[in-house]
Amino acid sequence: MSEFITPAGWEVVIGLEIHAQLATRSKIFSGSATAYGAMPNTQASLVDLGYPGTLPVLNQEAVRMAVKFGLATGSRVADRSVFARKNYFYPDLPKGYQISQYEKPIVEKGSIDVLQEDGITKRVGITRAHLEEDAGKSMHEGLENASGIDLNRAGTPLLEIVSEPDMRSAREAVAYLKKIHTLVRYLEICDGNMQEGSFRCDANVSVRRIGAERLGTRCEIKNVNSFRYVEKAIHYEVIRQIDVLESGGKIIQETRLYDAAKDETRSMRSKEEANDYRYFPDPDLLPVVLDEAFITSVRATLPELPDEKAARFMASYGLSAYDAALLTASRDVAAFYEAVVAAAKPDAGLAKLAANWVMGDFSAFLNRDGLELSAAKVSTSGLAGLLDRLSDQTISGKIAKEVFELMWAEGLSADAVIEAKGWRQITDTRAIEAAIDAVIAANPEQLADYRSGKDKLFGFFVGQAMKATQGKANPAQLNELLKSKLASH
Amino acid sequence: MTLHTRSLAALALGLTAREFSSVELTQHFLDRIAASNGALNAFLTVTAERALSDAKRADALLAKNQGGALTGIPIAHKDIFCTDGIQTTCASKMLKGFVAPYDAAVVERLTAAGTVLLGKTNMDEFAMGSSNETSHFGPVKNPWDLAKVPGGSSGGSAAVVAARLAPAATGTDTGGSIRQPAALTGISGIKPTYGRVSRYGMIAFASSLDQAGIMAASAEDCAALLAPMAGFDARDSTSVERAVPDYVAGLQQSLKGLKIGILKEFFAEGLEAHTGARVQAAIEEYRRLGAEIVEVSCPNLPLSVPTYYVVAPAEASSNLSRFDGVRFGYRCENPRDLLDLYKRSRGEGFGSEVKRRIMTGTYVLSAGYYDAYYLKAQKVRSLITDDFKRAFSQVDVLLGPTAPGPAFAIGDKVDDPVTMYLNDIYTIGANLAGLPAMSIPCGFVNELPVGLQLIGPHFSESQLLAVAHGYQQVTDFHSRVPAAYA
Repeated sequence: MSEFITPAGWEVVIGLEIHAQLATRSKIFSGSATAYGAMPNTQASLVDLGYPGTLPVLNQEAVRMAVKFGLATGSRVADRSVFARKNYFYPDLPKGYQISQYEKPIVEKGSIDVLQEDGITKRVGITRAHLEEDAGKSMHEGLENASGIDLNRAGTPLLEIVSEPDMRSAREAVAYLKKIHTLVRYLEICDGNMQEGSFRCDANVSVRRIGAERLGTRCEIKNVNSFRYVEKAIHYEVIRQIDVLESGGKIIQETRLYDAAKDETRSMRSKEEANDYRYFPDPDLLPVVLDEAFITSVRATLPELPDEKAARFMASYGLSAYDAALLTASRDVAAFYEAVVAAAKPDAGLAKLAANWVMGDFSAFLNRDGLELSAAKVSTSGLAGLLDRLSDQTISGKIAKEVFELMWAEGLSADAVIEAKGWRQITDTRAIEAAIDAVIAANPEQLADYRSGKDKLFGFFVGQAMKATQGKANPAQLNELLKSKLASH
Repeated sequence: MTLHTRSLAALALGLTAREFSSVELTQHFLDRIAASNGALNAFLTVTAERALSDAKRADALLAKNQGGALTGIPIAHKDIFCTDGIQTTCASKMLKGFVAPYDAAVVERLTAAGTVLLGKTNMDEFAMGSSNETSHFGPVKNPWDLAKVPGGSSGGSAAVVAARLAPAATGTDTGGSIRQPAALTGISGIKPTYGRVSRYGMIAFASSLDQAGIMAASAEDCAALLAPMAGFDARDSTSVERAVPDYVAGLQQSLKGLKIGILKEFFAEGLEAHTGARVQAAIEEYRRLGAEIVEVSCPNLPLSVPTYYVVAPAEASSNLSRFDGVRFGYRCENPRDLLDLYKRSRGEGFGSEVKRRIMTGTYVLSAGYYDAYYLKAQKVRSLITDDFKRAFSQVDVLLGPTAPGPAFAIGDKVDDPVTMYLNDIYTIGANLAGLPAMSIPCGFVNELPVGLQLIGPHFSESQLLAVAHGYQQVTDFHSRVPAAYA
């Protein structure tokens, strides 16, 4: 996408604030359920409603999840972190303050390695990650002269992950965002569902002339809820800022909203209009004190992390860094891949072949049908069976695609499809030779032309011979035999 | 002997011996309330029906010999504790008509112990005040002199107990709201250690200072009621997981060899001479009882009032944000838009003292002022806590006045907030340090009661109650009742 190239002479500086909704069963300070999509206000307890006299009680599972994230990013996990109150009035904020961590977050000073498309790995700093409660939702549609308030989401635990301003393009920002997305799902601390808002992102964007020491004035872009929109919003913002600066203007520090329909960002509020949140430590909650034993116990629950898994895939399967990164982007896909390789008959090219199939046709069919991996129509052993027939040359790669389509549609094994369709590849040299002989005999003119130097006619003979075998001839064998027949006649 | 002047132990004895039933006892207090509440304005809600049905249930238990020490004993709750199905107003227009769908932990525990609910008592609005004059529902009168304040913020509970309209009442103490009204009405009141009693269901004023306690005629009665109130509650993260001693049994601890500290700072300028003399006399009484009297100093204590008036309003400004006219409580008529709804609901729903504190609190938390006020106040708070710690390394308990003088006239200080705030000068320290403290009557000045304050180390309630009880064994100030209510 060449349109996303930064204009010459400018450097882009991006930092992201990611809100990952933690996958706890109950809310961060109350016992209400956190499930998405329930009838408005059916998952709001008296604590969530901010009833007088009610008090917050910290959900230990949310703490455990935040610690997991901290450990997985090599961050410092604070032995003492503090919840503060962020005070502002809004109808979907029942208490008039949001409980969040401010001066003393639970996670600080980590980093994550992000593999760029050019194959270079970039380390992005994680400034901090802190726990906080989500607000409710205001609803305006379908209501006249009124707004609806749904407090089901109020009190849902969030981990706000703040990066260093380490990214230099929208591309890098998205790659980082994807990496964090992969990580939180590996850790099973967030379902990563961007449509439902369980994984959201605000981008801080500024530009400066190349070589400038000071950072430019930044704008914060809110409301970006897909990887594609993050890239588009940042790009729009970069161009806007450069236009302003090049025409002699100044960037005003402000919060801007991304409008996906118009593909533009619009000013929401300037720094001057920003609330004074009057943060102070929440006297209703004790500081979160974590000892070494607790942190060790959480460390023991960490799964193999994406980078570790990718490295292992490269080492044990001989995959490229790119393939390994792609396969390990999802823990489920990686597990699927490994199960396919384990179920197939060992073969020299198997690992690469399996990788191509899992990332290729298999993923394409899942996408086409909008299915989750768990609902795939071809199982690991089914795909392994197909790979076996490719390895032992029972079918060609071209036929395999057709076999796979039928396996997916009919729920059959590869062998059953091959048998039923009579697609077993012809590897019998005599049979292929017979077909070649017949084709040569039927086309004397072409033969003469070929022999007089028209090499391109070789393709013609391959096509004719394949046609004569209904496409079942082993392509490599056919090529070899044809070459020697054409020469020897 | 009349029912309303008996101790809780005597009432319990009468109930178990079937000398009278809980229904009879309850009706007796309901009759007294009906006769006197019009003048005192001490109850905001009288729950006569509920009281009688509670009493019937208690009688049924007593008939089966299944009652406990408090079964069938009528009490009142400060209107700051949420009560399921019964209006809880915090004496504010903001919560007029508000009915919580749950009981506060304190209410729940005292109900489980068998007490009978007579009603909800008047108070300063959202517990902000030292005279009960900030109540939206009018001031409470002091039973000793109807022209005088009963103190605050638990003034309703204090007046109810002083006039013997109930044997006991719950209170809350953020800066002296149990002890100062107890002193001004001649009753006994204890503010336990911060974390001793659950704050769940108690409408928050200043969360790091608020603590529920009990007000009754004597330390012995306080001991009986504090026991079921105290203890860990998972719903309050600041409540402490620690065993609750038997406070009633603990009353018999000897005072021989007890080391009593007299805080130098409590006897400085500001203490009215006659009040000081009554307190000194009480100290002499302790000396006679075998206690050793030592002078100690908490040099940072004089800073407690300004410290408190930064910390408490800061927390209050945030705690009271939930009263925005959106979900519960008062909402203005015909709001033009959201901002108008907020401004007018809060502007019309809160009284002036509450607004003053919200504004003070908002100011001290604002960007640019936070360090100079809030953070500085927190540092002074630690210094005061350290002062007390040092003092308690030398003595077992600290004694001093509860308030600078006896009850003052209604209307006297209402226009002078700073003078009013100074009425809590001796009580605030214990809140800042989270210490348990009591006030017990120790004499009279111009026929108005004077309070003696006892402050102990963290979780020393049992000893505090015993020290108070020892004094009450050799004095009778605690059994005096205003003539009109005898």
